[in-house]
Amino acid sequence: MTTKLFGEPVRRREDARLITGKGRYLDDIGANALAAAFVRSPHAHARITGIDAEAALDVEGLVAIYTYEDLTGPMAEPLPVLIPHPQLHAPRTGYPLANGVVHHVGEPVVMVVATDRYVAEDAAERIVVTYEELPVVVGVDAAREARAAVHDDVPDNVAARHHQETGDVEAALAAAPHTLSFTQYIERSACMPLEGKGVHARWDADDASLRVYSSTQASTSVRAAIAAKLELSLDRVEVIAPDVGGGFGVKIVHPWPEELLVPMAAIRLGREVKWAEDRREHFIGSAHERQQRQEITVGYDDDGRVTALDVHVWHDNGAYTPYGIIVPIVTATQLVGPYALPVYRVVVESVYTNTVIVTPYRGAGRPQGCYAMERTMDRIADALGLDRAEVRRRNLITPDQFPYDHRLTFQDGRPVIYDSGDYPGLLDKLVALVGWDEAEALRADARARGKLLGVGMALYVEGTGPGPYEGGHVQVLGSGKVLVSTGLTSQGQGHETVFAQIVASELGVPIDDVEVHTGDTRRFAYAVGTFASRAAVMSGNAVALAARGVREKAIRIAAEVLEANPEDLEIDEGLVQVKGTPGASIPLRTVAVLSNPLRYAFDEAAKQATQFARAGSDDKPPVAPGDAPGLEHRDYYSPIRSTFASGAHAAVVEIDPQTWEIDVVRYAVVHDCGNVVNPMIVEGQVHGGVAQGVGGALYERMAYDGDGQLQNASFMDFLMPYASEVPDIVIDHQETPSPLNPLGIKGAGEAGVIPGTAAIASAIEDATGRRITSMPISPTELYDLMRDETAERTAASERTGAPA
Amino acid sequence: MKPAPFRYADPRSLDEALDVLSAEAGAKVLAGGQSLLPLLAMRLAAPSTLVDLNRVPGLDAVEATGDGVRVGALVRHAHLLRDTAAARVQPLLARATANVAHPAIRNRGTTVGSIAHADPSGEMTSVLALTDGSVTVATPGGRETVGWRDLFVGPLETSLSGPSVVVDAFFPALAERSGTAFAEISRRKGDYAVCGAGVVVTLDGDRRVAAVRASYISVGLVPEVHDLTEAVAGKPVDGADWAAAGALARTLVDPDGDIHASADYRRLLVGVLTERTLAEAAAEALERTAA
Ligand SMILES: Cc1cc2nc3c(=O)[nH]c(=O)nc-3n(C[C@H](O)[C@H](O)[C@H](O)COP(=O)(O)OP(=O)(O)OC[C@H]3O[C@@H](n4cnc5c(N)ncnc54)[C@H](O)[C@@H]3O)c2cc1C
Repeated sequence: MTTKLFGEPVRRREDARLITGKGRYLDDIGANALAAAFVRSPHAHARITGIDAEAALDVEGLVAIYTYEDLTGPMAEPLPVLIPHPQLHAPRTGYPLANGVVHHVGEPVVMVVATDRYVAEDAAERIVVTYEELPVVVGVDAAREARAAVHDDVPDNVAARHHQETGDVEAALAAAPHTLSFTQYIERSACMPLEGKGVHARWDADDASLRVYSSTQASTSVRAAIAAKLELSLDRVEVIAPDVGGGFGVKIVHPWPEELLVPMAAIRLGREVKWAEDRREHFIGSAHERQQRQEITVGYDDDGRVTALDVHVWHDNGAYTPYGIIVPIVTATQLVGPYALPVYRVVVESVYTNTVIVTPYRGAGRPQGCYAMERTMDRIADALGLDRAEVRRRNLITPDQFPYDHRLTFQDGRPVIYDSGDYPGLLDKLVALVGWDEAEALRADARARGKLLGVGMALYVEGTGPGPYEGGHVQVLGSGKVLVSTGLTSQGQGHETVFAQIVASELGVPIDDVEVHTGDTRRFAYAVGTFASRAAVMSGNAVALAARGVREKAIRIAAEVLEANPEDLEIDEGLVQVKGTPGASIPLRTVAVLSNPLRYAFDEAAKQATQFARAGSDDKPPVAPGDAPGLEHRDYYSPIRSTFASGAHAAVVEIDPQTWEIDVVRYAVVHDCGNVVNPMIVEGQVHGGVAQGVGGALYERMAYDGDGQLQNASFMDFLMPYASEVPDIVIDHQETPSPLNPLGIKGAGEAGVIPGTAAIASAIEDATGRRITSMPISPTELYDLMRDETAERTAASERTGAPA
Repeated sequence: MKPAPFRYADPRSLDEALDVLSAEAGAKVLAGGQSLLPLLAMRLAAPSTLVDLNRVPGLDAVEATGDGVRVGALVRHAHLLRDTAAARVQPLLARATANVAHPAIRNRGTTVGSIAHADPSGEMTSVLALTDGSVTVATPGGRETVGWRDLFVGPLETSLSGPSVVVDAFFPALAERSGTAFAEISRRKGDYAVCGAGVVVTLDGDRRVAAVRASYISVGLVPEVHDLTEAVAGKPVDGADWAAAGALARTLVDPDGDIHASADYRRLLVGVLTERTLAEAAAEALERTAA
């Protein structure tokens, strides 16, 4: 077959458009729309005592001002708890506009609509909101101590207590030859897509319908939320995700207050209204992730094999829990990684703080889990004087143990059963790729240059492609063009290319004939969304199934007109032909025309088709029962459970012992996401993930002060790594196909970010001989650690000659 | 993050610019906009009029003479960085501008704007101090020269008041038998420095250390010049204890801490950077003495 494209590094078809500025992002839509701006809370916790908009009223160009008092019906109720869970015993959500009490800096209080954004901000600036300040809770430790409560009626600040265990941990720990316990921390970071959120809404009064564009990862669900909250019939609302400049998780949350308020204003005003989030708003009004305190006790034997693991996590969920406890559950269940743990118990207490809400950011709880597990492996190795790679190897699940049942329940409510993998294979490849066994030579070389060198590694397993479903629609037009649609959205990952590759391969057509549309509820109404590394697994398989349906129909029709046996037909390069009989063929586009008995000869395609058309039989209807006109098919893929991808990363760091600057000089990745549709796109995803991993380990943090003010709410002070801070990355692939889905693929979107913090912490510890118990770490913090007489030293520090 | 309303003036001469500035107390000069426009966007500044200097002729030259380098108000960092004649007369200019931000910002931002902005985290304020430079200020009353000590009053604050335009900055030439070096540490490449150091080492006729001066970036509220001579005076270049000069520097500075670095860490870096840059500057001084 000439059209085999599955597995090829096909160049991204969206790039030419996006790179040359022809993308159509939210703010490119509706040039004449009214603009919204928000007055947001300047306090982390306060009671609103008054809102005085008087001074704003004479701003020329002001159109409307809304406060909570203006909200009616479901809009006046709290925002939904999107994913309830029995263990989320005290869920709390905000209102579209604050109702009485604000719980974090940045919470929207007043919405202003004006002729443009400048005027809207001028008016917003003149609105005076008075507050009575309330006690503020910042950070997991403060939340845990509960000297103050974020929500009056949740005095201990605990929103959820998530608990899973696979056996009697107490007994197993008591019986363990060795145990060790430690506590460690990980800080907040955030998705930081270059394009913030944004919403544009247009009410068509004649049609009584609403069209909303949103920079979202879940257009179908935004549609349902808007219809419910604004009391519209679902068929009167359409939601489209235009080009989206990155999401990384924050845009899966819905409905954001603005996603409801902008359409509300558009309907009330009968005018187009738009809101494009600015960077400061994104910092204080969107979502963050990752802060946890982790208390770990592990039991292990003389060989370093874990006999029991007991983990207690305090998870900072910010001011509200609209996204449920997905992140805590993911931490709890993905923590176990590639290891066989005889007994495991985890408790995650998800606590409120007066800070921006916490919802999934690429990795979604996995980087924290990986940090807990991998640093445990490092501790065991250190305590026993064993090589860190060797300790890991002894604990790995072996290839003959699949499917491997961890006896845990995943975020989708399904069992954590690993479908396939080869973890020793990953580790062997990683050790070779990074030169693990030559670390001493690297260390000596660095020392000669006045630098401290350290190596670290981390392994992970990632549940990807959770259900419940995703759908695909494939249609062949008379022009030969193949339209592919899936409801799941795209944020620049390369979905257009990957889905086109899959459909072109399945159908046997040139890829250039395939046109892909995503995230548009007009084209596909049922979808879940882009998150949890699920696009390729879910929509990839769905469009493959839809393409197979089209292929089957095309072959059936072609078999009739060619008077051939369907089994003897194949489709290649858009031509249906009898295998081995050149000339006995019909173009797929002609089959498409023939598939519809109503054929006005509007175009050449229809005229050409007449040569094949045979007079229908008088005793049969033109469309047979059960058949449908048109060459199209819709299908859904619904997995039994998630498929588990895996990988292993290693970092080599060099540290300047005078300035304590930390430089990642080598970064190696071995990656297994089952069958690879497009290796170039997978590598790109890994590169981006590693960049965010390095950012989370060494640069990014949310610098909240004690009053709940975010001190670095700009790209000046929130340090995302530049290209100059991201190391060169070497990648090796391993492919263990998933037995769970037709294409044998596993998700690849989030993987790259997961082990960064763990691997880099390990490398820094290796270089300095000081226990690293809090990440990220910056040079100024490392300096403090190095001169702290009481800082814990690793046992290995003697051996590696770490600084005194 | 949209500016409050402002008017925009596009003068074609310095006089015209000064006229607008005189007419309105709230008017502000716009040069490269790389510092001013972010302040406007965040509504931390709300000038009534922006007086754009970019079409005023005669402000875009770099003049390098034996006395020093005169840098016009519209000279971009990128221009100064590439000016080899200027680098010969005062090597600190190119060395420091290479550390100012990223290429895109250097293409727009002006060196004089950077000085007028008086940011103690900026490289060029510190270089003006270290070279004992001055600026030429045009006011409706005429022109005057203001030395760096009189110019910098506080963070983001100069002594200039009323209608005034800085037309150029003058950086005196590097003295004979002297060498310079510049180094900084930033969290990410191109960021404002966590700490930076510029140094000048001058030797006597016997190639012994005669004078050592240093100025630091992101350390203190205004640029300062520290005399470190006493730590190494009279020492031959290869026998000088640069670490002692670093230790002395650490006692002279009074840095602040912020979210990126503690005061102590900055003090550490002052010592390290002093030691590193002095060795380099002394080597250059020796070379220039031999030549
Ligand atoms: C991302 C980023 C990173 C940066 N990093 C650095 C860095 O590492 N180091 C550094 O030094 N700078 C840095 N800068 C600032 C940059 O160097 C600016 O160019 C410089 O600070 C100001 O120059 P400008 O021409 O852009 O001035 P403008 O922004 O136009 O003006 C700045 C101020 O100076 C006044 N002004 C300007 N020119 C005159 C004049 N001729 N007479 C009187 N007043 C005048 C203005 O009224 C205004 O108050 C950075 C900027 C950005 C955006």
